[in-house]
Amino acid sequence: MSYWIVHLLNGISFGMVLFLMAAGLSLIFGLMRIVNLTHGALYLLGTYVALSINRFTNSFPLAVITGAFAIGILGILFQRLFLQRFQHEVRNQLLLTLGFVFIFADLALYIWGGEPRLLPKPVPFRESLWIGGVSFPSYRILIIFIGMIMAIALWLLLERTKVGALIRAGVDDAEMARGLGIKVPVLFTGVFGLGASISAFGGAIAGPIIGAYPGLEWEILLMALAVLLIGGLGSLKGAFVGSLFVGLADNFGKVLVPELALFIIFGSVAIVLAFKPTGLFGKTY
Amino acid sequence: MILEIQDIQTYYGDSYILQGISLHVPEKIVVGLLGRNGVGKTTLIRSIIGFTPPRKGRIIFKGIDITGLAPEQIARLGIGLVPQGRRVFPSLTVLENLIVAAQPKEPEGWSTESAFELFPRLKERTSYPAGKLSGGEQQMLAIARSLMENPDLLLMDEPTEGLAPMLVEHLGDVLRSLNEKGLSILLVEQNLNFTLRLADYIYVMTRGEIVYESSSEELLQNEEAKHLYLGV
Repeated sequence: MSYWIVHLLNGISFGMVLFLMAAGLSLIFGLMRIVNLTHGALYLLGTYVALSINRFTNSFPLAVITGAFAIGILGILFQRLFLQRFQHEVRNQLLLTLGFVFIFADLALYIWGGEPRLLPKPVPFRESLWIGGVSFPSYRILIIFIGMIMAIALWLLLERTKVGALIRAGVDDAEMARGLGIKVPVLFTGVFGLGASISAFGGAIAGPIIGAYPGLEWEILLMALAVLLIGGLGSLKGAFVGSLFVGLADNFGKVLVPELALFIIFGSVAIVLAFKPTGLFGKTY
Repeated sequence: MILEIQDIQTYYGDSYILQGISLHVPEKIVVGLLGRNGVGKTTLIRSIIGFTPPRKGRIIFKGIDITGLAPEQIARLGIGLVPQGRRVFPSLTVLENLIVAAQPKEPEGWSTESAFELFPRLKERTSYPAGKLSGGEQQMLAIARSLMENPDLLLMDEPTEGLAPMLVEHLGDVLRSLNEKGLSILLVEQNLNFTLRLADYIYVMTRGEIVYESSSEELLQNEEAKHLYLGV
């Protein structure tokens, strides 16, 4: 019993971390029509910044928030100084993000070194919870809780605010939105910064379970791409459902049929694409 | 003149579409631009709003050279757009479509309330996704949305396309009342009768060039021009 609960919670909590990463990736694609390959590197930088802040301040919440904030600023600078120069040149934008993955990853290697690092769990969540003789990993439950809150907050932002309506208008038809006077380039920068920030936030809260190591930027990007291929690009709902699926498939795959774990994820991607090329909730672009 | 187009040349990639167009829209006047499919009418609208900027020539709006400005800058100077195919935001509700376009102007500017007064049908559909509206409703929404920008000049690209005759009639009444309140309109159309009734002055375009211009009355009498350029 306890065994299954632990793996279920592991799968869902990894799904939440993937969601935090995939949500931004999906929104950025919806608006700018580019797959931001730096997204995994921004996630990793979020973890590293949180590691450093935690070491100096010993405050886990401060570490997570600082990581998210700093990487949000980095994302805005990257978009303004580099990506913005290549508007309407999708291939150049893609190459640029690819190049910056290596720059960010090498920078991380230079500053934080190549040893795998784990962020210590915040104090009240170091022990498992025992309820009726069954143990629950309390930090996993915290991640699930935070992930749910972030999902609801993002949904409210997109569906219930004017800024959200402006973003959705840009996703529907960016050219028309500009023709109506909507400052779409400002939305681009804002959404890019927000996406970078929540990805780094995901990296930071996953710091105690996944940690940070060179190469993680690609591993996590690959997972997030599987999420978006299954859930569909440009849709928050798709990112959420896809993340839960990939998180659970990854965990149970590794537990039950370790040699087929990756195959289960990408086999599912192939099946979804065969029957619904836009993904489960995706739009046609 | 609220809008002066001076000898513009516009390309789509390598294809040479607008081959030196000059056109004027005086203030508070409805100017019609007629022409068959594929002669470059939509490209002209795209050139004005900045989607496909001209390579040569100038576009002057209210005395400001807007050639090469970004679409959002051009729109904010006071140009409203009702594009071909309506292009309402399908996943936004009717109300959201209006809200995102709003550029409030105190005190007598357009509000969602006054837009709904103009098109009561839309009021019944406030929280519907715009993608689920009928073609006629989408056209009303596209017009209402452009009015929310509080424009001085309205660009309309084939607003009667695909509308039932009764709706075309209603659309004519709406445009006339908007014009009487002081709105200048550049109306791009294939529908000759609709345009003749609304416009004060008319340009006719074939293959990237203006080949005829006169007042509406004059074109109405000119059987030869109608036959030669418009096939009627």
